[in-house]
Amino acid sequence: MFERKQLSHKATWAAAVAAIAGLAGLAPAKAQDSVKIGLILPMTGGQASTGKQIENAIKLYMQQKGDTVAGKKIEIIVKDDAAIPDKTKTAAQELIVNDKVNFIAGFGVTPAALAAAPLATQAKIPEVVMAAGTSIITERSPYIVRTSFTLAQSSTIIGDWAVKNGIKKVATLTSDYAPGNDALNFFKQHFTAGGGEVVEEVKTPLQNPDFAPFLQRMKDAKPDAIFVFVPAGQGGNFMKQYAERGLDKAGIKVIGPGDVTDDDLLNNMGDAVLGTVTAHLYSAAHPSQMNKDFVAAYKKAFGNRPGFMAVGGYDGIHLIYEALKKTGGDTDGTKLVEAMKGMKWESPRGPISIDPETRDIVQNIYIRKVEKVDGELYNVEFATFEAVKDLGKTKK
Amino acid sequence: MTAILTNLFDGVAYGMLLFVLACGLAVTLGLMNFVNLAHGAFAMAGGYVCMVLVNRMGWPFFAALPLAFVSSAAIGIVLERTLYRHLYARNHLDQVLFTIGLTFMSVAAVDYIQGSSRVFINLPAALQGQFDLFGVGIGRYRLMIIVICGLLTIALQMVLAKTRFGSRLRAAVDDPRAASGLGINVPQVFAFTFAFGCGLAGLGGALSAEILGLDPYFPLKFMIYFLIVVTVGGSSSITGPFLASLLLGIGDVAGKYYVPKMGPFVIYTMMILILIWRPNGLFGRTAAR
Repeated sequence: MFERKQLSHKATWAAAVAAIAGLAGLAPAKAQDSVKIGLILPMTGGQASTGKQIENAIKLYMQQKGDTVAGKKIEIIVKDDAAIPDKTKTAAQELIVNDKVNFIAGFGVTPAALAAAPLATQAKIPEVVMAAGTSIITERSPYIVRTSFTLAQSSTIIGDWAVKNGIKKVATLTSDYAPGNDALNFFKQHFTAGGGEVVEEVKTPLQNPDFAPFLQRMKDAKPDAIFVFVPAGQGGNFMKQYAERGLDKAGIKVIGPGDVTDDDLLNNMGDAVLGTVTAHLYSAAHPSQMNKDFVAAYKKAFGNRPGFMAVGGYDGIHLIYEALKKTGGDTDGTKLVEAMKGMKWESPRGPISIDPETRDIVQNIYIRKVEKVDGELYNVEFATFEAVKDLGKTKK
Repeated sequence: MTAILTNLFDGVAYGMLLFVLACGLAVTLGLMNFVNLAHGAFAMAGGYVCMVLVNRMGWPFFAALPLAFVSSAAIGIVLERTLYRHLYARNHLDQVLFTIGLTFMSVAAVDYIQGSSRVFINLPAALQGQFDLFGVGIGRYRLMIIVICGLLTIALQMVLAKTRFGSRLRAAVDDPRAASGLGINVPQVFAFTFAFGCGLAGLGGALSAEILGLDPYFPLKFMIYFLIVVTVGGSSSITGPFLASLLLGIGDVAGKYYVPKMGPFVIYTMMILILIWRPNGLFGRTAAR
């Protein structure tokens, strides 16, 4: 009896396997004219806003440009990794082995991008990083191309700018994790090289409930400005407590890379944030016609304004489309990466290109100040540093 | 000198906030002997109710605070009657598994309804900023927290010690069988107490949005802090968790101000030292149940 039951189980399995094999047998014929992109993003968890922005931007791009390029149909498969590197790796493995994707893309945080790097190398498929911002990422695989930014780009520029604009003493408040430390180190290098002085250095825990004591310490150090890098989401809390403690009235400015005043959250931060000066790659208030159209289309489709993460996604999918056009639809990973190197185009953020040596993004960095435009808070750009390369690569 | 006083003030405000958030847990854990890890979910519910009322419907902040209390208490009583009550007699592991599951569900639900980004409650101008009192910077919002929480603590202590309900509750906790033999409706007393604890958490959640930040992960992020307050304070009275909250609040603020590099460790170090010294908490009953 038992024997037979097991047999019948086996039979069911065999049938199922045969059915799947049958389906798989059909698939290759179709795969010839479709290109699959595996999108690994944090759609849940603390980084979910990053994932949603990138997904939205890609949807928008495909609505605008159609889903066929070089005769191939583009197919997007989204996987949620909740910004946990282990899950990223599993997701990348499934996408590459089971779904046979031609690209992996997305990656909300640095550890996620790094976890997928060896898989991209082994499978020889391009990994398009659309969000994560630590410099080392593109050095981890010859198949990694980045369309977001590096923290070194914005942090060095704000360091140079501050020292030239009458800010001599700075206290720093950065979150104690890799991007925070990157931001701090690059800022310090450039700020002190120009003659500035860091009078106080505080690293806050990543899960920080209350900024009050740290801010009190900043206030008592009496700097000209505070350099801030905290993960998206904590920026609002920081700015509120900064105003509550009266640091704005004490004449202490806030400067930093633009993550703190992300367009996604800026409008909810309240007037305390007015006057904050940041260096970053994108503002929804960027005055080009292309950006105006992009912001209008994004707002219409999703009801809120795009942030720099959305732009990273928009440019990422553009890069994939253009690379496919250049190879004439050839999906060989090595050829695609070659096609991407040195590519130049106009993005909503301004002119950008892919550095042929590092496969990292080269872009303008803008100095912006938070101002009220038509009753809403925006980062208004007032100075531009053109074609900034990533300065954070390991010296060879 | 003024820096010390400012820090002391901030620490007291932080501690008071922790107390309002955690004292409901002290009640369920200590008095009812139920491990409710979903406590933070009730706090989050109160916070979001307050946010929706103030930001979207234009209610004044002070009118929305009581409603944060009422709505969390209402959610509490519904869940107590339908779910929690079946687990009172189960062992602690079952309770932990059940409540942690509830926590994850609440996180996902709020994330789905309100989105994952952090929300803020629009405060009246009177509560913003700081004023100087003999050179000591006093935050208006923090002062309000101290006043509200201080009054609440006194009221709670009075209710527990002086009223008929308080004595019924203590009797129901000490010996449920004898208490019900004396005609006390034990399940009703527990249900009411549970709801009240949830309501307090809701109020705490609404008050903490400005200082701790409110997002769907609130129940998970602050679970540890609630548990620290209860373990350090001991869970057999209100005074214990109250003093523990103050101690931890002041310790945390002072630690972050004076030794910022060690900042995050101070609160845990204090907990370990206190528990080595008094394993049942500062004011715990020595005889284990």
